[in-house]
Amino acid sequence: MKVTGLKWALPTTVLALAVLAAGSSGGANAIRHGRQDVEAKLEYCKTCHGLWGEGYHGYFAMPRLAGQQPRYIENQLRAFIERRRSNPVMFNVAHSLHPSMLAALADHFHALNPPPAGIGPQRLAASGKTIYEEGIPEANVAACLACHGLEARGGDEIPRLAGQLYPYLVKTLTGWEKQRGQGAGKSDTSAIMAPTAHNLTQSQIAAVAAYVSHLK
Amino acid sequence: MRFIGKKIAVAALTLCAIAAQADEPAEIKNCTWCHGTSGQGVSTAPRLAGQRHRYIEKQLASFYQHTRDNPFSRQFMWGAVAALSPQSARELADYFSTLPPKAASDGDPGLVETGKTIYELGIPDSNVVSCLVCHGPNAEGVREIPRLGGLAYSYLKRRLAQWGEGYHAVGAYPMPRVARSLSPNEIDALASYLSFIK
Repeated sequence: MKVTGLKWALPTTVLALAVLAAGSSGGANAIRHGRQDVEAKLEYCKTCHGLWGEGYHGYFAMPRLAGQQPRYIENQLRAFIERRRSNPVMFNVAHSLHPSMLAALADHFHALNPPPAGIGPQRLAASGKTIYEEGIPEANVAACLACHGLEARGGDEIPRLAGQLYPYLVKTLTGWEKQRGQGAGKSDTSAIMAPTAHNLTQSQIAAVAAYVSHLK
Repeated sequence: MRFIGKKIAVAALTLCAIAAQADEPAEIKNCTWCHGTSGQGVSTAPRLAGQRHRYIEKQLASFYQHTRDNPFSRQFMWGAVAALSPQSARELADYFSTLPPKAASDGDPGLVETGKTIYELGIPDSNVVSCLVCHGPNAEGVREIPRLGGLAYSYLKRRLAQWGEGYHAVGAYPMPRVARSLSPNEIDALASYLSFIK
C-alpha cells in the first residue's frame, strides 16, 4: 500500500508543479496541449456527459460532471488509467488525456450548474432524506451527509452527489465492489464507501439515490 | 425535373409493391410497400422490424414536424405521415417493434474488426465517442435510442454521412456531434460492422 502511495506521490508532485508552472508563465503555449485542444476535448466529454455536463442516460447512464469536485474528477480519471475503477470505455478516454489537461477539464465542469437531468421517483425521496441525514445505525450505514455534506456537494476528494443521475447512482451503489477499488494492493479511496454500499439494501439504495438526484 | 422526380417515385413504388404482402391490414401495408415484407427493409427504406417502439414513434413525429429533413425523408416520409394520428403512429410503432429482425449482413467483412473497435471504444485521440454506451453492447438500442444491429450498410452509412452534412440537426442529439467527428473510412467500418450484428 505504502509503496504504491509513494510511487504515485512523485508523478503527482511533478504534475502539480507542471500545472503550476504553466499557470504562472501565463501562456497556453507553455502547456503541450493548448487551449484549442482543451476546448476540443471538452466538446468530446460533453457529447456523452451532456452539453452542460448534466449527464446523459443512454444504454448506460453517463454521470453528471457539472459541479463535481475537481479533485474527485482527477482521481477518477487516474483510477480508470490504473484500472482501479474498471470501465473499458473510460480507460481509453482517460488514456487520451494529457495530464496537463486534467485540471482545466475538471475546473470547467466544476463551474457548471445545470438543473438535475435524471431525477428518481419523488415518492422515494422522503425516506431517502432520512437515510442521507441520519444513516441507518442498526445496519451500520453512516449518515451520508457526514462526508458528502448537508447539500450533497462533496468536497475535495469526496464527490458531489446533488443532481446526479438516478440510474447512475443506483448502479454505482449496487455494483460498488465490482467497479471500484479493483487491482489488489492498490491504494484507493473508494474503499471508504465499500462497507456502506454493501450494507444498503436495494430499496434503501433507490431511496437515497432518489433523494440526492433531486438536489440542486 | 418534376417529370423525372415522378418517374423515380413511380419506379420506387413499383419496386416496393413487388415486396409487399397481401395479407397485412391496410395501415401496415402502407408501410410495408416500401419497408418490405415484415418490415425487413428494402433498398433505401430501412428495416423497421425489431426497432425500438419509442424510436419509431419519435421518428414519425420528426417527419411530421419536418425536423428529420434528409433527402429521402423529405421525398417519402413527410408525405407518408402527413395524415397519421399520434394514436396510429403509436400502434404502428408497437407493431413493427415486435417483428423479429433479420440482419442485412451486407457490409464489407474486411472492415468488421475496425468497426467493432470504434463501436465499442470510440477513438479517444480523435475525439470519437463510443457508440456502445448509448446503443448497447449488442447494438440493440433502448427506449428512444435505436437498434442499429443488422440495419442495411447503405442506410447506416448514409445517415452517419448526412449528419455530418447538417441534415437532421434538430432533435437528434447527440448524433450530429458524434457523426461530425467521424471520417468517411470510419463511417464505412462502423456501417459494415453493424450490418452483420444479429
